[in-house]
Amino acid sequence: MKKRYILLIMYFILLIIPIYWMINTSLKPDNEIIKKLTFIPQDFTLQNYKEIFTSPLWRSSFLNSLIYVCLNVVISLLAAIPGAYAFSRWKFRGSHHLFFWLLTNRMAPAAVFMIPFTELYYTLHIYDTHLAVALAHCLFNIPLAVWILEGFMSGIPREIDETAFIDGYSFPRFFGKIFFPLIAPGLGVAAFFCFTFSWIELILAKALTVTNAKPVVVTLTVGIGAEGVRWGLLAAAGVLTMVPGAVVVYFVRNYMAKGFALGRV
Amino acid sequence: MKNRGWIFLIPALAVMSISAFIPLMTVINYSLHYIFAGSAPTYVGLENYVEVLRDPAFLSALGRQLLFSLMVLVVQVPLGIGIALAMPKQGPAVALCLVLLGIPLLIPFNVVGIIARVFCQANIGVLPAFFGLLGYDFNVALDPIDASLTIFFLDVWHWTPLVALLCYAGLRSIPHAFYQAAEIDGASPWKTFRYVTLPKLRSVLILGVLLRFMDSFKIYAEPLLLTGGGPGSATTFMSLHVARKAQSYELGYAGASSVIYLFIVIVFSYIFFQIMTNVGKGGAQE
Repeated sequence: MKKRYILLIMYFILLIIPIYWMINTSLKPDNEIIKKLTFIPQDFTLQNYKEIFTSPLWRSSFLNSLIYVCLNVVISLLAAIPGAYAFSRWKFRGSHHLFFWLLTNRMAPAAVFMIPFTELYYTLHIYDTHLAVALAHCLFNIPLAVWILEGFMSGIPREIDETAFIDGYSFPRFFGKIFFPLIAPGLGVAAFFCFTFSWIELILAKALTVTNAKPVVVTLTVGIGAEGVRWGLLAAAGVLTMVPGAVVVYFVRNYMAKGFALGRV
Repeated sequence: MKNRGWIFLIPALAVMSISAFIPLMTVINYSLHYIFAGSAPTYVGLENYVEVLRDPAFLSALGRQLLFSLMVLVVQVPLGIGIALAMPKQGPAVALCLVLLGIPLLIPFNVVGIIARVFCQANIGVLPAFFGLLGYDFNVALDPIDASLTIFFLDVWHWTPLVALLCYAGLRSIPHAFYQAAEIDGASPWKTFRYVTLPKLRSVLILGVLLRFMDSFKIYAEPLLLTGGGPGSATTFMSLHVARKAQSYELGYAGASSVIYLFIVIVFSYIFFQIMTNVGKGGAQE
């Protein structure tokens, strides 16, 4: 019993070391980073963070990322909820193949899709907009959201639907009043994973934006590989990229454990 | 009634047609043409596929990728199950564990790459200093094995929490009565795990294995930022190889190689899916 917790704590320490190291680096001035290895900042400074918060480029990058990620979560969930409901309630002709086809889209190599995406969105006049990135990220988020939500919905007995219809509920009212609250945990989990995968995606976000919707993941790559990389600044930006997700995790933490285990797969 | 399912799927299919179907068709179209900047594409049939399959660079990237992906599964899945089993079942520590597990998942790929660079940088990094104390010259820029292992452990660090979260969710859904029954029957801890826990984890493990397998094929930013796919081509995995070709506008080659890539991932995923569904069922009958 005790040994188990010691191993678990050791694992969490290993898990945190890289994150600690980034926070540590972000609180040091550049010359301390380059000159010597220090385990706590000796020359403590918030300069790196101050620079990010006062720079319009960094501020707009963070804002762009948040906008397209939220847009993606909304589109993914709106498209996935009815789809997952159909898969969980009815076995129609081709439903198994369709479910597998949806999943295969998650495997698509983003690296190659970026050129067709660029051409397509140029034609649709949405290149370099938040909508472009949000739609492109649906490629891997809709399959995942359908998958997760289908699991949650299958865990809810069909009798609930039938009883509601016998009681005279119309479909939209049934969905809003009865079904929606029941699958709320599933929505939380699906939203968390869509948020995560959209937030950390780099290839498509980079290919589909120039200036108007340039996300923070792209701003971060600027200057890496060149001499005199501003490690402190990059580390500080890296720390800040973890903040929105950590907030989301905090809100869905109670649902995280409940999901997945139900349903088809 | 039968068609009702399709009506509900319209929103998902509409979005997927823009963000999946049309691009996929375009890629397949590329793969059948010889495309050279400034001139009209010419139809060449399957020539691009032949060229890709004969290219030693593609084949070595593929071999490296398969080894990497299998290693990812072999290490991350048992480790994830172990972590989930070790986690407390109730109390305030649960929320803490879940949030800690969630944090690595939220770090963008290129930030992971930056962390790796900071860790491995020759003069300022922790890892060279640590291995220096042990008398080993750790250098990701020169030693292919150091670079490959760094990428691998980085991935283990980044994604094992996902498997652990999924398994923990699965464990929570096992009724306590199952364990009590096993205890009354005098089952050893291993037998309890094998015949009670593992079959019940099947559905989440299928999800975990497939997600990790598919996503491990997409590893791109970490090797790019750490060493640019080097030293040599030691960390040039499939996505990196294909993306390079696409970026240099060898669209025929890139299209053909990504169709092959997609085919391989789908075949393997399908095999895993079949094996895991059936093995689990066999276990339940024993």
